[in-house]
Amino acid sequence: MGRKLLLEKAHVENIRLYDVYRREGGYRSVEKALKTMAPDAVTEEVKKSGLRGRGGAGFPAGMKWSFLAKPEGVPRYLVVNADESEPGTFKDRYLMEFLPHLLIEGMIVSSYALGSNNSYIYIRGEYAWIVDILEQAITEAKQNGWLGKNILGSGFDCDIHVQRGAGAYICGEETALIESLEGKRGNPRIKPPFPAVKGVWGCPTVVNNVETIAAVVPIINEGGDEYAKIGVGKSTGTKLISACGNINKPGVYEIDMTISVEDFIYSDEWCGGIANGKKLKACIPGGSSVPILPANLLLKTAKGETRYMNYESLSDGGFASGSMMGSGGFIVLDEDQCIVRNTYSLARFYRHESCGQCSPCREGTGWMEKILWRLENGEGKMSDIDLLWDIQRKIEGNTICPLGDAAAWPVAAAIRHFRDEFEWHVSHAQEAQIRNFGLGHYADEIHVPVSA
Amino acid sequence: MSEQLFKVTIDNITVEVPAGTTILNAARQIGGEVAPPAMCYYSKLEGSGGKCRTCLVEVSKGSEKDPRPMPKLVASCRTTVMDGMEVKNITSPKVLDARAGVVEFLLINHPLDCPVCDQAGECHLQDLSYEHGKEETRYEFQRRTFPKVDLGDKIQLHMTRCIMCFRCVFTADQLTEKREHGILDRGDHAQIATFIQKNLHNEFIGNVIDVCPVGALTDKTFRFKNRVWFTKPVDAHRDCENCCGEAQLWMRGDEVFRVTARKDEWGEVKEASNGKTGWICNSCRFDKKEAKDWVIDGPSKINRHSVISQGHYVGLQKPTETLPNVLHGRQPKLLMDIHSVSEVNKQNIELSALDRPAHSTDFK
Repeated sequence: MGRKLLLEKAHVENIRLYDVYRREGGYRSVEKALKTMAPDAVTEEVKKSGLRGRGGAGFPAGMKWSFLAKPEGVPRYLVVNADESEPGTFKDRYLMEFLPHLLIEGMIVSSYALGSNNSYIYIRGEYAWIVDILEQAITEAKQNGWLGKNILGSGFDCDIHVQRGAGAYICGEETALIESLEGKRGNPRIKPPFPAVKGVWGCPTVVNNVETIAAVVPIINEGGDEYAKIGVGKSTGTKLISACGNINKPGVYEIDMTISVEDFIYSDEWCGGIANGKKLKACIPGGSSVPILPANLLLKTAKGETRYMNYESLSDGGFASGSMMGSGGFIVLDEDQCIVRNTYSLARFYRHESCGQCSPCREGTGWMEKILWRLENGEGKMSDIDLLWDIQRKIEGNTICPLGDAAAWPVAAAIRHFRDEFEWHVSHAQEAQIRNFGLGHYADEIHVPVSA
Repeated sequence: MSEQLFKVTIDNITVEVPAGTTILNAARQIGGEVAPPAMCYYSKLEGSGGKCRTCLVEVSKGSEKDPRPMPKLVASCRTTVMDGMEVKNITSPKVLDARAGVVEFLLINHPLDCPVCDQAGECHLQDLSYEHGKEETRYEFQRRTFPKVDLGDKIQLHMTRCIMCFRCVFTADQLTEKREHGILDRGDHAQIATFIQKNLHNEFIGNVIDVCPVGALTDKTFRFKNRVWFTKPVDAHRDCENCCGEAQLWMRGDEVFRVTARKDEWGEVKEASNGKTGWICNSCRFDKKEAKDWVIDGPSKINRHSVISQGHYVGLQKPTETLPNVLHGRQPKLLMDIHSVSEVNKQNIELSALDRPAHSTDFK
């Protein structure tokens, strides 16, 4: 059993309340940071820890912090991205619901490191009840002197504000989030300038995921070097995985990134195997926008090595035979699931969530959805598959923000790995309406050529 | 900072531009085919650009200091040049491929109703499609439509034709003090709207017609009155207390069909000769529709590749009558007037009033 750093105390009764949280050792990191460390030393610890952004891109958090411009007399802001809207991802919700003070604690330390006197939590509108939980936690923290003016006599002032979104996936993109936070329409900004230079109200801003900020707490408590010892290679620390789909035990798991994908799915400690004794067909390992993998490529890389639950191993082989860690939304599909239908429903989601600002994404997502609907409903043509491939190729990389890529990748991966099933939907259009393609050869062992 | 000149090479042509210039503006200094097309960027509107993606270019060398190429194609209208930067526009197959894709995306939901669209002939999307588009579409679904909306009594919004360049939103934002003009909804059902169908009352709101690259915003005083290539554009001015008073009249004979702001070679509103902005006010645009309201400066320069210049001959030589030549100077003689033997072509018979084909008996 791996070590738990974030969810260790999640099951303590009433840990949501300040008194219990403090009794269990909460807010130690604030004391340590504000009393014994300089702001830059905190950033240095985070850098040493090798903590990578938990929102999806996996960019080193310490590096992001050190890019923050620090012009004289201009306020700086920390914004926590709690707009968790990726289908399949629900780890931040769990964390904020059960351990709101962990996020507040992490935010105080991070704000201290970045010099942010006003920090924001931008939370998705659908998490209405979590806003109440967070605001209660902020009030409690304030009453006990952890927020407000001159915290712990260090001369550092900090306030935390919670802002609710209005129900748009795009507002999880950092510049769209900033626009929305400023009260405008949530359209992503054109980069550069990056938020580190011009973010909220034109001031330098760091936007981090909830889990990233929460992970700062154990980093400061135990030291960056200690944190970096957990995990493997550049995938340090622990990661929250929200597992869902056709598994026996869906839920949020904290893993230390040394376990294999096979263990994660089949071990009773985690997902507990495929539900109803079915077979594994495919998996989207990091939230809906990362490439889907068939069972054989999921458990073993193209080179025949075991695939592990960490950043490097999941992306081994690039997009040709790998995927991404993403935000940790682990979606498992069993043999009864139809890949075409699954791809259609993802395409429908991205079409609905495209902001409409730039042409390839606005027009392309709708076009892909219509073609996939046609394929799924037995009206498709063989040429549609190549057309889909061409459309996704022209969206990817040509848009303002990563939503275009996120819409293109699932379609590309589905065609790349499951072309047989798409073709079957065309050649057996009638049959495809009454039964599924089934497992096919997607779980067969891949023949790996022996290299000299 | 403005003194510093950066050397930038676009399609193997090197220019020196001040620091802070965008790749697009540097390319426009070279001109010709090297300048990427732009559907949403408008140099006179702050914050515009970056959205349509037609101006994507490849940066094959970042700068002298950091020669790494940029990983993705970049929007040239919003990317500033660095010293020693190398850019590929029409020399990059990647760029041409992406641009063809963008043109296809822009056209899949466009109604292609050019034959009945007032913008035809001066439409940027038309030009773009001719240059970079394909003859056929691969789109086999119903196109998106919206009902037509009147923005006040002078402007009509036809969202079906819109390509969401946001130029009109920036214009409404920056030229008029009270914003009533914005975007509703998102994705492919996003629309330009005045919440909700509120009229726009502002002296300068008419300029949204000029900035619209397609026929989504049209002048209701001109709609269906004439095709632009039948009218002759002339530069004219008048004393106006609201605006620069310099405009372009679109005339046929002595009749002024339409008044617009003057445009430069990139289709953008030109600066006035006195250095003021070239935007014109609504009263100049909609109310001064007689030649006597204006002092005419002369014919406007129109690009010779434009369809508008088709009736505008330069150095025209009128052919001489040949008959007097071959008849040794004698004029041809009229032998018979057909009207003396037939009623055909007589003006008092209304042919369109007949409910059947005309017949010789009708003229008896």
